[in-house]
Amino acid sequence: MALNRTDVEKIAHLARLQIDDNDVPEYAQNLSNILDLIGQMQNIDTSDIEPLAHPFDAVQRLRADKITELNQREHLQSVAPAVANGLFLVPKVIE
Amino acid sequence: MEWETVIGLEIHAQLATTTKIFSGASTAFGAEPNTQACAVDLALPGTLPVFNENALRMAVMFGTAIDAEISKVSVFDRKNYFYPDLPKGYQTSQLFYPIVGKGFIDIELEDGTTKRIGVTRAHLEEDAGKSLHEEFANMTGIDLNRAGTPLLEIVSEPDMSSAEEAVAYARKIHALVTSLGICDGNMAEGSFRCDCNVSVRYKGEALGNRTETKNINSFRFIEKAIKGEVERQIDILEDGGRIPQETRLYDADKDETRSMRSKEEANDYRYFPCPDLLPIVIDDDYIDAIRNALPELPDIRRIRFVDTYQLSDYDAGVLSAYKPLSDYFETVATLSGDAKLAANWIMGELSKHLNQHDTDIKNSPVSADQLGGLIQRIKDNTVSGNIAKKVFEAMWNEGGSADDIIEAKGLKQVTDSGAIEKIVDEVISSNQKQVDQYVAAEPDKRGKMIGFFMGQVMKVSGGKANPGQVQGMMKQKLDALCS
Amino acid sequence: MLNKTLAELAKGLEQGEFSSVELTQAYLERIKNEDSKYNSFITVTEELALQQATAADTSRAAGNATAMTGLPIAHKDIFCTEGVRTSAGSKMLDNFISPYDATVVRKFNAAGTVTLGKTNMDEFAMGSSNESSFYGPTRNPWDTDRVPGGSSGGSAAAIAAGLTPAATGTDTGGSIRQPAAFCNLTGLKPTYGRVSRYGMIAYASSLDQGGPMAHTAEDAAMMMNVMAGTDPLDSTSAERNVPDYTANLDAPLTGLKIGLPKEFFSARLDPAMATLIQTAVKEYEALGATIKEVSLPNTALSVPAYYIIAPAEASSNLSRFDGVRYGYRCEDPKDLEDMYKRTRGEGFGSEVKRRIMVGTYALSEGFYDAYYKKAQQIRRLIQQDFIRVLSEVDVIMGPTTPTPAFKLGEKTSDPVDMYMEDIFTLSLNLAGLPGMSIPCGMTNGLPVGLQIIGNYFAEEKLLNVAHKFQQATDWHTLKPAGL
Repeated sequence: MALNRTDVEKIAHLARLQIDDNDVPEYAQNLSNILDLIGQMQNIDTSDIEPLAHPFDAVQRLRADKITELNQREHLQSVAPAVANGLFLVPKVIE
Repeated sequence: MEWETVIGLEIHAQLATTTKIFSGASTAFGAEPNTQACAVDLALPGTLPVFNENALRMAVMFGTAIDAEISKVSVFDRKNYFYPDLPKGYQTSQLFYPIVGKGFIDIELEDGTTKRIGVTRAHLEEDAGKSLHEEFANMTGIDLNRAGTPLLEIVSEPDMSSAEEAVAYARKIHALVTSLGICDGNMAEGSFRCDCNVSVRYKGEALGNRTETKNINSFRFIEKAIKGEVERQIDILEDGGRIPQETRLYDADKDETRSMRSKEEANDYRYFPCPDLLPIVIDDDYIDAIRNALPELPDIRRIRFVDTYQLSDYDAGVLSAYKPLSDYFETVATLSGDAKLAANWIMGELSKHLNQHDTDIKNSPVSADQLGGLIQRIKDNTVSGNIAKKVFEAMWNEGGSADDIIEAKGLKQVTDSGAIEKIVDEVISSNQKQVDQYVAAEPDKRGKMIGFFMGQVMKVSGGKANPGQVQGMMKQKLDALCS
Repeated sequence: MLNKTLAELAKGLEQGEFSSVELTQAYLERIKNEDSKYNSFITVTEELALQQATAADTSRAAGNATAMTGLPIAHKDIFCTEGVRTSAGSKMLDNFISPYDATVVRKFNAAGTVTLGKTNMDEFAMGSSNESSFYGPTRNPWDTDRVPGGSSGGSAAAIAAGLTPAATGTDTGGSIRQPAAFCNLTGLKPTYGRVSRYGMIAYASSLDQGGPMAHTAEDAAMMMNVMAGTDPLDSTSAERNVPDYTANLDAPLTGLKIGLPKEFFSARLDPAMATLIQTAVKEYEALGATIKEVSLPNTALSVPAYYIIAPAEASSNLSRFDGVRYGYRCEDPKDLEDMYKRTRGEGFGSEVKRRIMVGTYALSEGFYDAYYKKAQQIRRLIQQDFIRVLSEVDVIMGPTTPTPAFKLGEKTSDPVDMYMEDIFTLSLNLAGLPGMSIPCGMTNGLPVGLQIIGNYFAEEKLLNVAHKFQQATDWHTLKPAGL
């Protein structure tokens, strides 16, 4: 399966990754090779096989509805790139 | 050619849990920004979700209340997209195996008939944070307090064919979730939000493209948004245009919907089962225990209100629709011993005040005890209905019991016939012109004219004279002058 | 006092031969002098280490010492450590001072260990050579022109070079076992869910598992006693009692049934290594084990299945790195879109970007069934193979890697070349089974690892099997020249 420039650009956009124009052919080649590797799976008949999402049939544990996390805003925001008035700042969002 | 409207609703009800769906941070509304956003809510590297048992219980309550299939195994999926108020870059939701499957509710139409509306599914998911655009010039501020609040997304079948039906359905769901106590129903705070899917078609033809109008947060706006959208679509189609499948936003100020540019691009959410969470597995015992412990549902309550309190269908419908209102009514009815009067006061004077002050019944400054006390004083003739409104006004503004206010303001009704007679005589002697007119009038017109004299007596007595007594005495004295 | 095992150091501390502060200072000194040759540490936490060592000595003086008190270790830089940079080998988190401790780190701290620092790793654990680290490649102490393996290559090189007696690692597709094999160490990847993932920066959530890396099985057992256990903060951590992993190390192996999967001795395996593995198996026969040839027919499919599942999960797990709440943000973003794309384009290295793109593609609309679902189905086939074989034998043995440590740059041009390095290790992660790698000989001066695979939660058995081999052989005691 060969991916072209448009495919790579579309995937990179979905994943919000800036890819240098010059690097696109290499990514296209790498990704195509990986998809060829992955293509080996397609020869296997799995029509009756239930997908396995987790190694065993464990079930979700439930947490009591009790407050365990108190305000740690200053501490948690100490690693934020841009903060004002307790808010995280990002470039203007246009809706 | 006749147009037909097809409407389906997606309602997001915030579940009334104490903590987030996947973290132990509080869900309380109105806190300082980001003070209720813990490491998990901020999606710090390495953090993991753990599911809140109460969110599960509430979702199952809803499912049993609408006779829906409850999934013994349900799974959380990730819906991947980038947005600054979505900290993980995906929303944890349920696409493939929702907790609640097919169910239904019945809505009452204006002509008195009922219509069954299918509920396709209801699934659990987490709410996003809030983007604040106004506070900064070129920046948007992100508050993640709301991020991770549990939502139940209730998806209807496209069974509604008018804005009125859609509102009736939304109100019904609202009544249900508030009665169950699983959602506070506060639409202004965003606890109950509605996305409307609307399409139109020529009667009998295949469905056209639909638009989705997002995040409408009042029943009135649901109606207006749908009506506007139907009109807009018909205009386009009649001009030979096409309706693009798109997401729109309702602008309440302009009363119109507009396309959301930023979300317009083809979305590819890349759903897949969330590997940080395991399948939720429940058994019949769990479901039955919840079903057996369900509180009274609004439909049952409405019937009970008609039977027990002899309310009209309409009054019973209004008072049963919202659990806090129902509870308030029942307290007032019991205390006052007069359900009809209680209903009138709640739906009249109290509702008027609540609306004017944009206040929920739960936060009413006049408690059910206070109002019940006031109605007792109306019933025992301590105050007239008109004076009672003054007492109510004082209660609303300053608090206090009916008795204290009546006492402090001297509003007790005058029933002493000597005192009343004195005022009646005074009014007759000082209004000779009107007395002459009364005497000269045809006897069948006199009944109406007595209103003037009544008003004068009330004015002189400061509204305190017992109206029944005044009426009797005034009529007797005036009629005596006519003979 | 250096070049000793954890167990020997514990004895030394207990008998007062040296204090934890002396021991810690000696290691810090050695790191300072030697690590420029290997680049095995990203951050050395000198101050913290001396604080912890002092506390450990105080606690010992007060008679409160336990098995691990005062023992220095290092943590792979994927485990969040409060107040210390936690980079995951990425520019994205170069400035990230974690505000919290991973559960594994918290447990080691509570057990009284001393944190020497954070070890180098492939960026976000994506790699088999440690060459994708933002902090530069780590070199193998056995031959500094060669890679130490990855992604826990920093931990492996640091132990092999005598810069720490033991370290934590994580294993998503072989990232503990392969570097252990390349550096002549004992590494254990526990059963999925045995060790909490909370605070361990996620690569592929359904495959990631933390575990110990050390010189001996006994040391690994001591570390497992600290690391293993249920964590209420990790929904996927197993609810199961933790045995004392050191209790049965010496149990006899009489009657042990060993399976040798024929697929692990394929053309891909270096012939000299095959001979060493066979020799090791003979040693086990001498210890009382019986050998049986078995088949894991879907082994080859583990590579494609893994390289769908892991990138798919990673593409979603790494969406949180968006420059909003922590980590790298690009300079002067011109708008939101630009901020996302440049932050992620500049913050991630090329292997991470490649895997995010593969995963994004595999999950995108129209491809889900053909890729992700298919891979999960293959995953079940692989698991079924293991379940069948492990019902016939107690443990499975084979090589950890197809070749010994390769040269830096040798496999960087085509990622698929690198991926094939993982062919013997990936299938365990897909099945969730525990596995170890232990030293079993040398070829051309390079260490060779024997892989031992056990049933779910059979870590105690694996450690016993490994320990008995180490009692009978001395491969694990070999040190690189000059050490």
